[in-house]
Amino acid sequence: MADLTSTFCGITSPNPFWLASAPPTDKEYNVRRAFEAGWGGVVWKTLGEEGPPVVNVNGPRYGAIHGADRRLLGLNNIELITDRPLEVNLEEMTRVKKDFPDRALIASVMVPCDAESWKSIIPRIAETGCDGFELNFGCPHGMAERGMGAAVGQVPEYIEMVTRWCKEATGLPVIVKLTPNITNIILPAEAALRGGADAVSLINTINSITSVNLDSFAPEPMIDGKGTHGGYCGPAVKPIALNMVAEIARNPATATLPISGIGGVTTWRDAAEFLALGASNVQVCTAAMTYGFKIVEEMISGLSQYMDEKGFTSVAEISGRAVPNVTDWQYLNLNHVTKAVINQDDCINCGRCYAACEDTSHQAISMSPDRVFTVMDDECVACNLCVNVCPVEGCITMKTLDKGEVDERTGKPVGDYANWTTHPNNVAACSAE
Amino acid sequence: MSNSPMTPAIAAGRLPAESYTAQFSDLHPVLDHHEALVASDRCYFCHDAPCMTACPTSIDVPLFIRQIATGTPEAAAKTIFEQNILGGMCARVCPTETLCEEACVREKAEGKPVEIGRLQRYATDTLMAKNAHPFARAEATGKTVAVVGAGPAGLSAAHRLAMKGHDVVMFEARPKSGGLNEYGIASYKAPGGFAQSEVDWLLQIGGITVEHGKKLGEGLTLAALQDDYDAVFLAIGLAGVNALRAEGVDKAGVLDAVDFIADLRQSTDLSTLPVGRNVVVIGGGMTAVDAAVQSKLLGAQNVTIVYRRGKDRMSASDYEQELATSKGVQIIYHAAPVAVHGNGACAEMEFEFTQEVDGTLTGTGETFRLAADQVFKAIGQTLVGAPEGIKIEGGKIAVSATGRTSMAGVWAGGDCASGGEDLTVTAVAEGRDAAEDIHASLMEG
Ligand SMILES: Cc1cc2nc3c(=O)[nH]c(=O)nc-3n(C[C@H](O)[C@H](O)[C@H](O)COP(=O)(O)OP(=O)(O)OC[C@H]3O[C@@H](n4cnc5c(N)ncnc54)[C@H](O)[C@@H]3O)c2cc1C
Ligand SMILES: Cc1cc2nc3c(=O)[nH]c(=O)nc-3n(C[C@H](O)[C@H](O)[C@H](O)COP(=O)(O)O)c2cc1C
Ligand code: SF4
Ligand code: SF4
Ligand code: SF4
Repeated sequence: MADLTSTFCGITSPNPFWLASAPPTDKEYNVRRAFEAGWGGVVWKTLGEEGPPVVNVNGPRYGAIHGADRRLLGLNNIELITDRPLEVNLEEMTRVKKDFPDRALIASVMVPCDAESWKSIIPRIAETGCDGFELNFGCPHGMAERGMGAAVGQVPEYIEMVTRWCKEATGLPVIVKLTPNITNIILPAEAALRGGADAVSLINTINSITSVNLDSFAPEPMIDGKGTHGGYCGPAVKPIALNMVAEIARNPATATLPISGIGGVTTWRDAAEFLALGASNVQVCTAAMTYGFKIVEEMISGLSQYMDEKGFTSVAEISGRAVPNVTDWQYLNLNHVTKAVINQDDCINCGRCYAACEDTSHQAISMSPDRVFTVMDDECVACNLCVNVCPVEGCITMKTLDKGEVDERTGKPVGDYANWTTHPNNVAACSAE
Repeated sequence: MSNSPMTPAIAAGRLPAESYTAQFSDLHPVLDHHEALVASDRCYFCHDAPCMTACPTSIDVPLFIRQIATGTPEAAAKTIFEQNILGGMCARVCPTETLCEEACVREKAEGKPVEIGRLQRYATDTLMAKNAHPFARAEATGKTVAVVGAGPAGLSAAHRLAMKGHDVVMFEARPKSGGLNEYGIASYKAPGGFAQSEVDWLLQIGGITVEHGKKLGEGLTLAALQDDYDAVFLAIGLAGVNALRAEGVDKAGVLDAVDFIADLRQSTDLSTLPVGRNVVVIGGGMTAVDAAVQSKLLGAQNVTIVYRRGKDRMSASDYEQELATSKGVQIIYHAAPVAVHGNGACAEMEFEFTQEVDGTLTGTGETFRLAADQVFKAIGQTLVGAPEGIKIEGGKIAVSATGRTSMAGVWAGGDCASGGEDLTVTAVAEGRDAAEDIHASLMEG
């Protein structure tokens, strides 16, 4: 059993699996049970100003996208920050931290965008014994209309300014939680760094409408005949989050900035992928909301087995391992030639590869009268669509042609590494010569 | 009521009166909404789907399952009915394990096919529960067609012809329509009077008149039909049964399985239907299985199917054989009937073990006896009542791929015609295809 201890911007936790700031971390009852279940840390549900707390809608606040067997693939919410009084949250946080000193407890905060609000609340929260702060610049609904959350996170200057205020107010680590509702994730990440952030966490939820009620003609979740956009999360957002994490990790200016990876983490494998792309730990929300706290057991056993099999002795060893292999399209080897190969023993003859290739791609799969499907190497461009649509995992694989082997499609032998920057069709490349 | 399964000889009411309904309830209950969504999710929407090829009526299975999955079972039903107007009955009685579900790629993938039959029932039941008929007749053509026999083949042809705008008159020997759907199919496959409600629903298309009690060969001649109608479709099924060659088969208690089943299907109170304590069924097809299982469900103590060849040669599918044994029926393979013993009524049946050498069946000389108060013969049905002069081939009316017989203007389909397995779904396909051909030839001139 590998040692899963993780250190994230100076904060140590027994494993890299934290619960993200959201309903699972909304109160003492939840967090206690989460810690008992084995979670390494929690980011407490975002705290707001002192005084009357925000209110939530009293109708449905979630919408969902389902896959086969009603598997929840995407969740959308219109919940706001904590709707419980600040004092109550602070008392509970103090008690929990005292009882679970080895776990990470981070306070998520969102107050109006003025120095006084931030500078007064941060020291007060620090008295709970929390290990650090996460600045919620991501909430895309409700709070943004009030000049908070994503309204701050979408303006790099504000991020920098608020981060600086917080760093001035505390010696504890400050994590800036980024919104994905921007075009270039580098800009807010660099702003956070300039403001003195110890780390960034991403992603928060994505603006979304999950579905429309076709009888009432209103978005779901529908409140009294009206709907509003919500924040999208769950397995469906993982690819978007992975890309944003990788962008920050491979950007020279932010390469050393610790990252907490969030967005669709559902299994140990998802977590390992975030780590490989540069995250130091991960945060989970939807998976816990779908299956309960117990999933952390699989995450722990899975990551541990993987590390043992690979011979990794620390989580940090995985962190960033894939970053050097994330590159720009123009540097991909255009002389790397592969061909799809169908394993006839595994094939169940459904014909999906054929329909996909014949109707929408390169007409590279043949179908015999007795339903044998074969890839025609002289047509296959190795697009991978058949691999993706085949219902049998591992039935279609990609075979790499060795150097010198003839690509039957082009009639040319496979050559050495060469990319677009030097390709004859690249006008820019030619003129540069 | 003092009878029980142990009551000797033949007796009615072997079970408590209230238990019959449960005994004969739906073999496969209809899927509920949730189950249907889960089941439909499993379909891969295959290209040129093997299930569709395996269905004798070529129902577009992936399409109808996708329509269920997307919340439009009514549209799914229409997809089914376009190919198979008796899609409701077929969903209940098709041996899917040897048809669509055997071909389903998920059978190959993990030995668990998509539940096509049950999904088909879910869709068709949904639409039929609304008592909506999804088709309308084309403009009247002024042509008339006589259909003889109101079983699956006849009904399917009549519906398609009526839809094309022709006027159809059906002549049916029995007092009710439906053919073996009404008189033959095991009662637990289509309980609740489904056969009749399906016929009523089908006839909503209009343009079809059914004349019951009209039998070809008894007061009704083909020549007269040919004179009065523009075309004739024969769908008379197999009204006869093969004779059992064994000593003493004329003893009381030795019956044709199809008659027993017909009585059972027409009975309004199953507790009054007599059944033996010891029942022996001779044969290896669906009829044998149905007679045996239903005897057991009526309360017979011991029911045995005796088949002269091996398990793999039995025409009842593995699934049907397992159904029988799961209900407590014993199956003895490789034994042929020798004689029925008993003083007036049968009491014992004697068999000889057989062996198959190079395809020839011979007795081993070793014999045994089974107690038998009732013996059901289920060794195959035969064609009777085929019109004089029509070409017969392998015991059936010879037809082309589109159902043309040797006589001009006369088509035939279903069990009475050559080609295809003797199944409800095949009869529906043949009726439909013959109707299309009749339509084409009527519209030519
Ligand atoms: C006991 C039993 C169980 C079966 N179970 C199944 C099953 O589970 N699944 C399955 O797919 N198939 C099953 N079959 C087979 C299936 O029932 C037949 O293949 C199907 O009914 C054939 O349809 P048909 O229209 O050709 O004939 P039939 O259904 O036999 O209909 C023929 C009709 O013609 C009428 N008729 C006959 N002679 C005349 C005449 N001279 N004049 C006027 N009318 C006449 C008859 O009264 C009848 O109504 C079973 C058959 C039997 C006997
Ligand atoms: C119901 C709900 C409420 C949330 N509330 C907050 C919040 O108060 N503060 C915050 O920073 N993020 C909030 N989030 C965003 C999550 O912390 C997380 O960033 C997002 O759900 C992506 O992770 P996931 O795919 O694992 O769910 C919320 C998410 C959900 C589903
Ligand atoms: S998609 Fe896969 S299983 Fe289906 S036919 Fe193609 S290779 Fe075979
Ligand atoms: S009609 Fe019968 S064989 Fe055809 S798809 Fe339906 S259940 Fe399967
Ligand atoms: S073969 Fe099975 S999986 Fe494929 S379309 Fe038919 S039912 Fe669906």
